[in-house]
Amino acid sequence: MTSISAFIGALGRYEFLQSALLTAIMVGIMSGIIGSFIILRGMSLMGDAISHAVLPGVAVAYMLGINVLVGASVFGILAAVLIGFVATHSKIKTDTSIGVVFSAFYALGFILISMAESATNLHHILFGNILAVSDQDIMTTAIVLGIVILFVSFFYKELLITSFDETYARTYGLKTQVLHYGLMLVLTLVTVSALQTVGIILVVAMLITPAATAFLWTNKLVTMLFLSAGIGAVTAISGLYFSYTFNWASGPAIVLMAAVLFAISFICAPKQGFLKWRSAKGGQ
Amino acid sequence: MLSIKNLTVAYDDTPVFTDVAVHFDAGKITGIIGPNGAGKSTLIKAILGLVKARQGSVLYQGKSMRAVQKQVAYVEQRKDLDLNFPINVFDVVLTGTYGKLGLFRDPGKQAKAASRAALEQVALGDFERRQIGQLSGGQLQRVFVARAIVQEAEIIILDEPFVGIDLQSETAIMAIMKQWRDAGKTIIVIHHDLNKVSQYFDDLVVMNHGIVDYGPTDQVYNAQNIERAFSADLSAVLFEKQEVDQ
Repeated sequence: MTSISAFIGALGRYEFLQSALLTAIMVGIMSGIIGSFIILRGMSLMGDAISHAVLPGVAVAYMLGINVLVGASVFGILAAVLIGFVATHSKIKTDTSIGVVFSAFYALGFILISMAESATNLHHILFGNILAVSDQDIMTTAIVLGIVILFVSFFYKELLITSFDETYARTYGLKTQVLHYGLMLVLTLVTVSALQTVGIILVVAMLITPAATAFLWTNKLVTMLFLSAGIGAVTAISGLYFSYTFNWASGPAIVLMAAVLFAISFICAPKQGFLKWRSAKGGQ
Repeated sequence: MLSIKNLTVAYDDTPVFTDVAVHFDAGKITGIIGPNGAGKSTLIKAILGLVKARQGSVLYQGKSMRAVQKQVAYVEQRKDLDLNFPINVFDVVLTGTYGKLGLFRDPGKQAKAASRAALEQVALGDFERRQIGQLSGGQLQRVFVARAIVQEAEIIILDEPFVGIDLQSETAIMAIMKQWRDAGKTIIVIHHDLNKVSQYFDDLVVMNHGIVDYGPTDQVYNAQNIERAFSADLSAVLFEKQEVDQ
């Protein structure tokens, strides 16, 4: 308990910790929301791919001195388009196409980063550097959170129907491809925001784990979105607490918290938790 | 009338069928039968605009299908869906209103009332809050028929609606299709169970990599067409009784 009050005390004293907490919570919320759609569309691998594919964009943005979001968006969308193009214009399946494209982008990103900046920065990009959040970073994160919320509220029913039943959506004339790339763009923005918190390598965990946890608890999409956002936020707070208290790296601490919540839900959740699954199986 | 002319559809290089001409009349329930791979699903996908035609046209009352897209309802095969999706029965039916609502408009009171009424019509009023994975195959099929009701379409296309469902659901769905027919709509059904063909369909299209024959069921459903589309053996089994009678 003393460590919790110490953490709260430190929050009052240190501005960098306040910034870190605020950013981590916002990232937790936005990844929880977008991640819900990613897992429902069976696109977990795509989420992983896009989060890695933005690396060259980050490097180019450093080189040219432009906003990281712009550089990353260009490469994120480029990767999404390439993945789709290779899969639809050859016999290659989508998961293979994802593997080819994202590893190439990731490799290119490494080379560009090493040309652009020092090794320390690469480390920060890979694993996050939540304790060095600037006011501008907070602003950017807040804007991305706003975009995510607007995107999901404006296109809620389109996101729902294309995630659940894309064929049906196409029969009534919905431009499902446009929506797909819209979602990929938003995913890219979320990825870049999450870079600072957990780093490229662990972004996929923030996207998938809270959403998967929420999925175990509810049968309603709206509830899942709010729950997932909430779990993302709780994960961020508790992860940062452990990071501060035990001097763990913040990114891995946050991701581990997410995994712990998932494990608890996996065992206890009423919808399709392990216990339920086992008793249902035993009952038959 | 929904009329198809010179239609050729191909995935990759080999055409599923070439130069197909057929038409579907309003106020009729038309069945499409044929062996696996005959091109039944491809034909309806071409009508729905889900696959691109290499050549030919699909016109409804002289207009392109794109122009009448909101007038078409599609009841697809259930096996294509994720039954663990966090959505309940009512919300699935409500998605039937999305097409006419368009972007940026949420379903209002009217849409919700229509969805509720459609669920009552398929006798699933008590199942509104059920997650779709908790339904039987027949109940689930009725949910998707309810969604088609809500769409208030003029053309309704069903892909093997009776596969793996109970008799009660089959009867209920057939009753809805008859109501649609009596309201002058065009109903197209891909069907696999040859036993009930004469009983269910006013018109029939027999396919096997193209159209074998089409027209009123009593004229088209005969030993010769079944032999051409399926096999002599099947034809013999199905029409044996009639031959004995003659």
